[in-house]
Amino acid sequence: MRGLGDLLAPLAAVAAATVLGGIFLALLGLDPAGALVALGRGAFGDRVALENTLVKMGPLVLVGLAVALAFRCGVWNIGGEGQLYAGALAATALAVGLGSVAPAPLALTLALAGGMLAGGMWGGLAGLLKVRRGVSEVLSTLMLNFVAILAVAWAVHGPLQEAAATYPQSDPFPARLPFLPGLRVHSGLLLAALLPVLLWGLLFRTAAGLRLRAVGLAPDAARYAGISPERETLRVLVLSGALAGLAGAVEVAGVTGRLFEKISPGYGFTAIAVALLARLHPLAVLPAAAFFAALASGGGAMQRVAGVPSVTVQVIEALVIFFSVSFSIARRE
Amino acid sequence: MDPALVALLLSTIRLAVPLGLAAMGELVSERSGVLNIGIEGMMLAGAFAAFAAGAPTGSATVGALAGALAGTALASLFAFFVIARRADPIVCGAALNIFALGATGTAYRVLLPAALGQATAPQAADLVPGLNAFLVLLLLLAAAVWLFLARTRPGLSLRAAGERAEAAHAQGVPVLALRWGATLFGGACAGLAGASLVLWGSDTFVEGMTSGRGFIALALVLFGGYRPAWVLAGALLFGFASALQFGLQAAGLALAPNLLLMFPYLLTLVVLAFASSRNVAPADLAQPFQPRS
Repeated sequence: MRGLGDLLAPLAAVAAATVLGGIFLALLGLDPAGALVALGRGAFGDRVALENTLVKMGPLVLVGLAVALAFRCGVWNIGGEGQLYAGALAATALAVGLGSVAPAPLALTLALAGGMLAGGMWGGLAGLLKVRRGVSEVLSTLMLNFVAILAVAWAVHGPLQEAAATYPQSDPFPARLPFLPGLRVHSGLLLAALLPVLLWGLLFRTAAGLRLRAVGLAPDAARYAGISPERETLRVLVLSGALAGLAGAVEVAGVTGRLFEKISPGYGFTAIAVALLARLHPLAVLPAAAFFAALASGGGAMQRVAGVPSVTVQVIEALVIFFSVSFSIARRE
Repeated sequence: MDPALVALLLSTIRLAVPLGLAAMGELVSERSGVLNIGIEGMMLAGAFAAFAAGAPTGSATVGALAGALAGTALASLFAFFVIARRADPIVCGAALNIFALGATGTAYRVLLPAALGQATAPQAADLVPGLNAFLVLLLLLAAAVWLFLARTRPGLSLRAAGERAEAAHAQGVPVLALRWGATLFGGACAGLAGASLVLWGSDTFVEGMTSGRGFIALALVLFGGYRPAWVLAGALLFGFASALQFGLQAAGLALAPNLLLMFPYLLTLVVLAFASSRNVAPADLAQPFQPRS
């Protein structure tokens, strides 16, 4: 099933997207080669750049897994961004609220769990709308993105605003996730290392995973086999949302230490590119997320050094998606 | 009439027009069997092109044409991957939206300081007092779409391509050509819708300024049961909801602005939950078609 083509197709997609992105920059009168060099240096050039890239991998792995899981099961969860915001919001409310009464490690643990739960509920809401009312999850998850992002904006201007009431941001977390020994990257990244393996095990080594995949491959056949596609769809959206919610919780608990608007620069959408470049395989999400994390962390340097706006990275992301789905004919094997 | 009420009605119409334009294009595209969630990005490209072409020339017509052209260009990219390469439409639509955000953002930041400076886009005029050109355009478009789909032979073929592509093909209907045409038409409409945001109301471009209007237009097509008149009515309903929200905000309602801003999205969810749309969607919607010759 997996041959050389499975490795070559993503590489070809990345190469083609880079070339086309370069042409786009040249058309605008910018220097593509300079941009590429600046981007590479910004992503891998020194220790700080590497650590920055690693930190950006965290949310991309988690939401990338969320998308890969959903797409593989034939559920179009485009709501990773909103589920991430829901997770970040719940985690902040818990950590800041419990900070004065519970010891920090307990508050942080509860915050991560609460973020997962909130993301799962946000995804589950789309699942319920789909199963009970026949609402396409494409539209409901897209709408719920806007609602969650606005809910965070409301919270940091309202109930969760810092005690000083100066900026639209929450009070700081009582403690952050500790750094990994010897590195300036937070320990939440261990989750990003562990969860791909867990999800792979769930999908390919358990009966529950087989049921989920069966619904993605052939819903009608699955129904004949006694599987309820509705129940599996709901499960997938809850699980997928929980992964994205965890990403949001880890981001506030490990990276920013506070909640504010625009807590994510679009990780939820980049995650779609991650999942597709990984060909929806949980383990391949790791290298795919590394690629997009490098783009994200190098994008800032590209803007400073080569004068190429960092949003250009989104053009590359989109092209990678286009080429990933069109280079592989059997895209949901 | 009470001036506040007049203002509310006028802003209802102005907010409804972009939704209606985009939804009318999407309706035709979906009737042919192509689900295009990329209209959000096509609207954004249309808004940018309308600004980039309208501001230097000072002509709203040039701006509108540029907007339609930009939407069509992105639609051809979408059609290539989805119709010709039979890639998944949801994935490609999502990618197109990301592409449009990145491309318009880059172009805006690169071009703005150099060429456009503080320029503002011209505003579309009223054809008759009270009837803005974009409103007239939408009404004509709705009538034309209805006439085309319900009363012409190519319209019948287009619907056949969306309902039973295999059978239509067997009858000699050029399924792929019709789907290409419908997708490009949908892109042009979305581009015009984006242009109307700039050329009627705001006189400038803001990154990500469509803020989900394309997605709401998608919901309107379902809500209106794929019928132009009902889609138009739905656009007015959403225009009213948005106008009400802005009106309440201006009137100093003691509700946080961010909560008010959620209203159109929540309304979309509620409407979708109660518009049972399963039975009316074209049977072959979002199904790729490969002619077996």
